Amino acid sequence: MATAGTVVHNLKSALHRMMLIRRVEEQVIDLATSFDDLIRGHYHVYIGQEATGVGACMALGPDDYMFTTHRNHGHVIARGGEPGPVIAEIIGRTTGYNKGRGGTFHVIAKHLGVLQTSAIVGGGVPMAAGAAFSARMRGTDQVSLVFFGDGVLEEGAFHEALNMSSLWNLPLIMMCENNSVPQEGRRQGEYPTSSFAATQLADVASAMNVEAHVVDGSDVRQVGELLAGLVGRAREGEGPFFIESRINRWPGNRGQFPQLIGGPHRMAWTWNPGTADTRLQDWLADSDPVSLLCRSLVEEGAMTRKEIEEVDAAARQEAEEAREFALSSPMPSPESAMDYIFAEGETR
Amino acid sequence: MREMTYSEAMAIGIQEALAEDESVVLIGAGFGGLRGDPAVWGPLRERFGDRITSPPIAELGYCGIAVGAALTGLRPIVAIGTGAFSFEAFPQIANEAPQAYYGTRGQVTCPVVFHMRAGIRGAGALQHSIAPQAMYWNTPGLEICVPGSPADVRGLIKAAVRSNNPTIFIDHERLHPLVGEVDESTGGDIPLGVADVKREGSDVTIVATSIMVPRALEAAETLAGQGIDAEVVDPRTLVPLDTEAILRSVARTGRVVVADETQKSCGVASEIAATIAEEGFESLRAPIKRVAIPNVPIPYHQAEEDYITPTARHIVEAAEAVCR
Ligand SMILES: Cc1ncc(C[n+]2csc(CCOP(=O)(O)OP(=O)(O)O)c2C)c(N)n1
Ligand SMILES: [Mg+2]
Repeated sequence: MATAGTVVHNLKSALHRMMLIRRVEEQVIDLATSFDDLIRGHYHVYIGQEATGVGACMALGPDDYMFTTHRNHGHVIARGGEPGPVIAEIIGRTTGYNKGRGGTFHVIAKHLGVLQTSAIVGGGVPMAAGAAFSARMRGTDQVSLVFFGDGVLEEGAFHEALNMSSLWNLPLIMMCENNSVPQEGRRQGEYPTSSFAATQLADVASAMNVEAHVVDGSDVRQVGELLAGLVGRAREGEGPFFIESRINRWPGNRGQFPQLIGGPHRMAWTWNPGTADTRLQDWLADSDPVSLLCRSLVEEGAMTRKEIEEVDAAARQEAEEAREFALSSPMPSPESAMDYIFAEGETR
Repeated sequence: MREMTYSEAMAIGIQEALAEDESVVLIGAGFGGLRGDPAVWGPLRERFGDRITSPPIAELGYCGIAVGAALTGLRPIVAIGTGAFSFEAFPQIANEAPQAYYGTRGQVTCPVVFHMRAGIRGAGALQHSIAPQAMYWNTPGLEICVPGSPADVRGLIKAAVRSNNPTIFIDHERLHPLVGEVDESTGGDIPLGVADVKREGSDVTIVATSIMVPRALEAAETLAGQGIDAEVVDPRTLVPLDTEAILRSVARTGRVVVADETQKSCGVASEIAATIAEEGFESLRAPIKRVAIPNVPIPYHQAEEDYITPTARHIVEAAEAVCR
């Protein structure tokens, strides 16, 4: 059992990871909007969902597998990815985790158990089930965790994988980040996802005899505690599990392209949401996972405002250094387009 | 005649198709992509909102629904979005829709249009850049439209809708801003299977499809400066293919470059080149050259992406080689 001391220690490192994700994503938005040629196409950021990624990854062991989506930057950092190679990958530099091959849609980090990142809605869940299947066949106690959006439940591939993972009791954890909360937003066209007939996402998993949980995606403690239990049980053969993390979307993520309303996050907004742009105030007060964690740590006396601001300053600096690292990294040569088409040899 | 963008002409064509036949319905309406201009696409939603159904993210399901609707009297146009998403719906597109007519010896038709925005769009990377027309060309029973100009997209979308067969309709992402003349005083009808000579010339035939049409016209200008008079032939539809028009041009020039933005092996350029070699061999005064994507997936970074993208420069080089 964790002592009170280790819980606070874990929360501090969770806070750092969450702030790092936010500061890196702010850099990504800035790079995309300040330069025409760095992030030329569509891209997706993880601001507002940090508690789900960080809470879930805290529960994973070093040998576990993780799968993510088009919205992958935050997941990879939550899993322990370094901001430098992450941003470098996002802008296609040779120092990126995949030497700039895949870009923002396909950040992959083999050393972290992230082996393939699909930008196809529904692409990840069957592969994650496959990694869980493989762990079982190979007789390891590895767990496979897959993050995906609520939109994935609209795809048939999800339901096929859900069925098989249930039939075969796979050590699979399906972490659905439902950022279409409140649901009215769907009907008003606020979210890119269209429509889903079930009122409760978790009912779908329950109908397939998969144990389902609903968790508050703004609360890293809730996510972390739930996942710590489920990962342990999945290792013991009690999987699969489905979790719906309910997320009230960051207002900057309402349109097709992210927008930093009022500029980068200011800690003053965390302490006093009323000082922020009016479009952000409710979200900062009720739903921002970073601000909620900061305020609760202060209220509990676990950290002072000053200590928290120091953590943020360090995260900001790391993100800035990562940006500089990425920008000063070499671009791939044109001819390198032709490398790594086929693997050499017959067995590895 | 009015100058307009490819997007605008497409929007006009789709509205004309809806206006002329009440059985035409839209499954999805994202024809213009993420940055689709509201001024262009707004009128479609305003005029025909009652015939637009926005589906969930469920390509296999909604393409199947479109097939079922087409079997029973509707004429759906399905806006699949990025061409690679059609792979999610492959069973319905490749293994259901084209079998309906053949499998009933003509009793049942399946008049559905599968619309996709495809091709190397700029940072689409590994999974958002694929142009699937060559794969669908290997599926008997599917018609395939690959327009390369505003007037052609307007005419062909209507022909695709009127056709009683399932049709793949490919819009290259980078054609959307292309400007060209469209004659709104007529219907601008274009039959399927009729090629268009986009530029006349006598020294070399450049057969170009989709995005390669403007690139071929640019190449022809460069070649003219070098004293090479290029003819640009645009088949406009791959199925049916206007083999006669292509062979007619080759008979006059004796030299051929086939330019297409799909992968080289078993690609669009390969099939056209093979047809010319088989049926027009005696006209050829030099081996045929193909300008296509090398056999690689599509990388993310611009340097690598540009390296594998077939351009006007590649066409010029190929034409110089066959004219040497
Ligand atoms: C098969 C497929 N269809 C459509 C798309 C286009 N697309 C990209 S993201 C997205 C919305 C995904 O929503 P959700 O899964 O809830 O993830 P979120 O972006 O909300 O995190 C869509 C439709 C795609 N990438 N793949
Ligand atoms: Mg979502």
